[in-house]
Amino acid sequence: MIESLSRNAARNIFFGGSLFFFAIFIGLTAHSHFYIVNESTDKEGLTASVARGKQVWEEHSCINCHTILGEGAYFAPELGNVWKRYGGEQSPEGARMALKTWIRMQPTGIEGRRQMPAFDISDEDLDALIDFLEWTSRIDTQGWPPTIAG
Amino acid sequence: MKYASQRVAYPFFIAAMALFLGQVLFGLVAGAIYFWPNFMAEIMPFHIVRMSHTNLLLVWLLIGFFGATYYLLPEEAETEIYSPKLAYLQLAIFVFAGAAALVSYQFGIHEGREFLEQPTWIKLLLTISFLMFLFNASMTLKKGRRTAISVVLLMGLWLAAIFWLFAFYNPSNLSLDKMYWWYVVHLWVEGVWGLIMASLLAYLLIRMTGVDREIIEKWLYVIVGLVLFSGLLGTGHHYYWIGTPGYWKPIGSFFSALEVLPLFTMVIFAFYMFWRGSRNHPNKSAVLWTLGCTVTAFFGAGVWGFMHTLSAVNYYSHGTQITAAHGHLAFYGAYVMLNLSIMAYALPQLRGKQPYNQILNMWSFWLMTGGMAFMTFTLTFAGIIQTHMQRVIGEQYMATQDYLQLFFGMRLGAGVVVCIGALLYVYAMLGPAREQLPAGPAHVAVGATS
Ligand code: HEM
Ligand SMILES: [Fe+2]
Repeated sequence: MIESLSRNAARNIFFGGSLFFFAIFIGLTAHSHFYIVNESTDKEGLTASVARGKQVWEEHSCINCHTILGEGAYFAPELGNVWKRYGGEQSPEGARMALKTWIRMQPTGIEGRRQMPAFDISDEDLDALIDFLEWTSRIDTQGWPPTIAG
Repeated sequence: MKYASQRVAYPFFIAAMALFLGQVLFGLVAGAIYFWPNFMAEIMPFHIVRMSHTNLLLVWLLIGFFGATYYLLPEEAETEIYSPKLAYLQLAIFVFAGAAALVSYQFGIHEGREFLEQPTWIKLLLTISFLMFLFNASMTLKKGRRTAISVVLLMGLWLAAIFWLFAFYNPSNLSLDKMYWWYVVHLWVEGVWGLIMASLLAYLLIRMTGVDREIIEKWLYVIVGLVLFSGLLGTGHHYYWIGTPGYWKPIGSFFSALEVLPLFTMVIFAFYMFWRGSRNHPNKSAVLWTLGCTVTAFFGAGVWGFMHTLSAVNYYSHGTQITAAHGHLAFYGAYVMLNLSIMAYALPQLRGKQPYNQILNMWSFWLMTGGMAFMTFTLTFAGIIQTHMQRVIGEQYMATQDYLQLFFGMRLGAGVVVCIGALLYVYAMLGPAREQLPAGPAHVAVGATS
């Protein structure tokens, strides 16, 4: 098959085909962008506090231990649905308290258990972080994860 | 070595190897933390270790690509490098930026997206250095002969720099952030870096097998065509569960499954050219690395990638140790081994010697490759158990991890072997050169300088 193909023909197929698939890819991501903003995520709910929470998440590089929506390191639990796992849908105040207490308690120092470092986070930033996790738990993820364990 | 300015590549390769050793060392520490969770917990927590490990990898791979480009471009373009001075300056900036990132991480100064943790000013330095490199290489190409190899290589590098710019875009909407984050990550390793890989392989094969350029370059275009036709829409395999539309499930599954084709074609390409070629190249360790690169990339990226790429499978395996298994063997097979192949081929010529320390070098090949394969198996077993317990039965994450301890222990052992292999490689390449040619008739020395 490859014998009958000339180098120039191969080159033209490469350039033409790549442009073709690139155009489709750009088109689909443009549509996905629109879909994310308007359908799968909560536009009104994306408050300044949620945005700040995402910054707090990044400042401490939580992603280099945890996953969020399945992406990140695989060293610590999934946090995309941690709000639901802590019962935030039934009792938002309880979940918020529990999450904050948990973060403040670290590190546990328990021998043989993975350690989460102590982070110096103000109360306001901690609330923003929880807002961000709560907002994230409401993203339409096509039914992922399969179980509440994340 | 025909052109004096090819020497520019030498310090690039030395820097790349130094950072490579740093990378595997941090990897070893991370592996140790998995096994002894309290290890260094106070001094250097896991997230710092991990970002150091992954950033060093990306920085040294890029430095290796830069060096490889400076090495082959004069031969391909039949002219000297446009400005060796610019090349050294560009290297200094890149190494400084990489080192600065590493140091700042130890003080907890970093940004917070995976692989893109570099503080913004460091990202800017990396960008400037990358652009200086592209300018230098493009100017060289402009004044010389244009071959398919150099055009595809530079196209890959230019596109890599362009997609890198998405590292500067960080929207507050997490789903949007993730969608464009993959523009850097997936479109690099399964897109435009494929162009770099295929063109560097094509160069090595022309040099080492003596097969006609016409034939090799045709294969090159076919392979890079397959890479982009499958890899662009294959990005969809990361768009299943992050808030993107449902149509990515069929599209991502279909096109990413096709990504196996270019990887398989590269294996056939390399073996067929060596079978067909008339040249018996004396640098046997470079031949071994080149063939090994295509095979390991096929298994790590192709087979292990396919294993979890269909949306019905990925639903369960997404973000588990299975992902870690694949990430390790894919990066090692495709891009680490590619760089080690080029260095194994070029360093004897840069040092003005006949191929040396061949046996030692082959030992390093088998130690590293064996170690990485073993690590991949242990992580895969761990991932299967994790997937079943956590994603099927619904057991809590931390509880499942307790069952994986045995595998994390074996993984640490594999990491030790890889580190020994890496040290051996650097010693074989940069240490005292002893002639170690395989026993055989004298004709093997012919072509040593080509
Ligand atoms: C040289 C090429 C490749 C490299 C270097 C590579 C590397 C990686 C890495 C590092 C990740 C983890 C990203 C993260 O941190 O979230 C990943 C994820 C993934 N890769 Fe690859 N990969 C390559 C090729 C492929 C191919 C060819 C396929 C499919 C046939 C594939 C399928 C996947 C999938 C499905 C995931 C997501 C796993 C998950 O859901 O957690 N990869 N890859
Ligand atoms: Fe991918």
